[in-house]
Amino acid sequence: MVFQPAIIALLLASMVGTLMVAASVPFAVGVLRRWNTASGSEAQLEMEKRTYLVSTLLVVVLVSELASLVLFVFNADRMSSLFVGAMCAVGTLNVNEFGFPALYLKMVVFFAASVWLVLNHVDSRGYDYPLVRVKYGALLVLAPLMAGAAGVQLAYFLGLRADVIASCCSTLFSGNTQVTSDKLATMAPEAALAALTLALAAVLVLGRRVLSSGKGAIVYALASGLAFVVALEAVVAAISVYIYEMPQHHCPFCILKGEYGHVGYALYLSLFAATALGLGGGVAALSARASSLAEAGPRIMRRCVGASMAGFALFAAVTVWLILRSHLILIEPERLLSILPGGQP
Amino acid sequence: MRVWLNKQRNLLDFSLSSLSRRRGKTLGMLTVYTSIVFVLASVMLFSHAIRREAATVLAKSPEVLVQRMVAGRHDLIPARHLDAIRGVRGVQSAEGRLWGYLFDPAAAANYTLMVPTNPRIEPGKVVIGDGVVRVRNADPGDLMSFRAHDGSLVQFKVDHAISRESALVSADLFLVAEEDFRRLFGIPAGMFTDLAVSVRNPREVGKIAEKIDAALPDTRIVLRDEILRTYESVFDWREGMLLVLLAGSILAFAIFSWEKASGLSAEERREIGILKAVGWETGDVILLKMLEGLVVSLSAFLVGYLLAYAHVFHLGAGLFEPVLKGWAVLYPKYRLTPFVDELQVATLFFFTVFPYTVATVVPIWRAAIVDPDQVMR
Repeated sequence: MVFQPAIIALLLASMVGTLMVAASVPFAVGVLRRWNTASGSEAQLEMEKRTYLVSTLLVVVLVSELASLVLFVFNADRMSSLFVGAMCAVGTLNVNEFGFPALYLKMVVFFAASVWLVLNHVDSRGYDYPLVRVKYGALLVLAPLMAGAAGVQLAYFLGLRADVIASCCSTLFSGNTQVTSDKLATMAPEAALAALTLALAAVLVLGRRVLSSGKGAIVYALASGLAFVVALEAVVAAISVYIYEMPQHHCPFCILKGEYGHVGYALYLSLFAATALGLGGGVAALSARASSLAEAGPRIMRRCVGASMAGFALFAAVTVWLILRSHLILIEPERLLSILPGGQP
Repeated sequence: MRVWLNKQRNLLDFSLSSLSRRRGKTLGMLTVYTSIVFVLASVMLFSHAIRREAATVLAKSPEVLVQRMVAGRHDLIPARHLDAIRGVRGVQSAEGRLWGYLFDPAAAANYTLMVPTNPRIEPGKVVIGDGVVRVRNADPGDLMSFRAHDGSLVQFKVDHAISRESALVSADLFLVAEEDFRRLFGIPAGMFTDLAVSVRNPREVGKIAEKIDAALPDTRIVLRDEILRTYESVFDWREGMLLVLLAGSILAFAIFSWEKASGLSAEERREIGILKAVGWETGDVILLKMLEGLVVSLSAFLVGYLLAYAHVFHLGAGLFEPVLKGWAVLYPKYRLTPFVDELQVATLFFFTVFPYTVATVVPIWRAAIVDPDQVMR
């Protein structure tokens, strides 16, 4: 099944991206071993120039990773007609054991690359490249991660054989098969929405504190990572159900389709951007320890956290709008009142 | 935010003016880029449109087809099998179909003969497809005669032609009455080419197929979904093969853009040197060059895609038709239904803009790190 245009494109993108990062590894090792801003040697000047190349490459990689994440899901959805029982992307991703890991790894690579770019941005604000070793140390972690993601994706595509019985979305989530998404869906929608409300509220409160006092950005980063997971759970357990207006349909991918007005993009783009910026804020806060970044670090951190909060708020607004717009009554008012503190009918 | 936006706007402004200063080089690049996008987009648009046609056509075909197999070959199926199939719970209806191929020596072409049941055709008359009309110059009222299986002559009077709208499937059709069909090929009454079974509940198709298989062990059962899947993967495969063949050109294009981007004229080097001397940072120069690339990429992508759209949907995709469509004497003449698919556009973007961007990163960086004093001297 490798001879499929979108699959070729995805393999091409992941291969080229991995090669570009892998090609920077020897340079990263060189930086870790020989970087010395005090020296005016030819090698040091050469290295300083080369950092521009690596950061430009990483921007290209990040953008292509984001685009290929979308393409991957889209293509999985389109290929569902090739597999018996698959009705959307979930079925296609379940055709073999590499489907969902490939997706998760792609998300991890996306976040890792975005954190790296924040690190790079902060570093470029300091006159003495204070974070250069951290940055290239991180690149050494990113390279195998990308290679792993590319490998798992390749294994997934190579393992695809049209006509393999795949489980479809409506049986997948309610069945007893041990799939990660299965657990998400069995979570009650009330609980998922309550957890989402709590997580988003926590993120916004923490964010406010960061903005006012400049402290706690690392906690904020952790919280935004957690909120990301909770939000994805809520999408599967409740939000998607509201969009489809069908209690049994839990697919987190179909909301990206035209039938539902591409509304998934509003949810996912804001969520992914908010999480990436939240993580970036944490990194920026850590970097403020370097003396040359004492001014720029907190400034970038505030900007990241502020933008991240805006992203989470947008996600929350879209969610509320989707629930209000929906004709489906998933949670009866009586049950809702029982979990609200002090709720009166 | 406004400062940032203004900066980007000024950079874009600058990059546009610097592109227009090197008009020849930019136009050359644009031409090559556009033609690459055009070729790839044509392949994708065409194969996608034809895939959709196939799916639309097949959507109306029966859910299950039952064919009798004798020694691994498709054989005529007796009508008594129909009773066994109708006995399976969930089967809505089952009927025998008569169809086959007829070689017409006068046109050196194969017709697809079918016996429609609704509406029936009067014996002695024939309804022909658009392709048949063309190769035989047949008009309503004309006579067409063929040698039957025993050598006798069977004559048909053309009743009317099928409209051209459905030409993709009906170009080579030759619709006759059941009696004529049986006489032409010597098929005894009570025998059919195959049986079409319709099933009300699509989720029962698999089970019903199993039951028919158990009841009639000498048959082969073909499901509509299987046909659809097969078409889908065949077209995917053809499209993918063509793209792999075109990979050479993508690679050539990447090398070309690398060359173009790294072959800076002395004038350009001086320009970059001056920019850096007046305070531009290396990062700004990289951004400027990337913006130039973006402008070229997006214009080429848009123009190439529009050209491909016109080529496929208005000019009949003359360049790639034979590869993607297959080969036959009676080519249907048709217009494909225009359809643009997001996945396709995204894929195309990966095949063109991505290689271009990657190929130009290193040359752009090389250009951006020059020392001002070196080039201005």
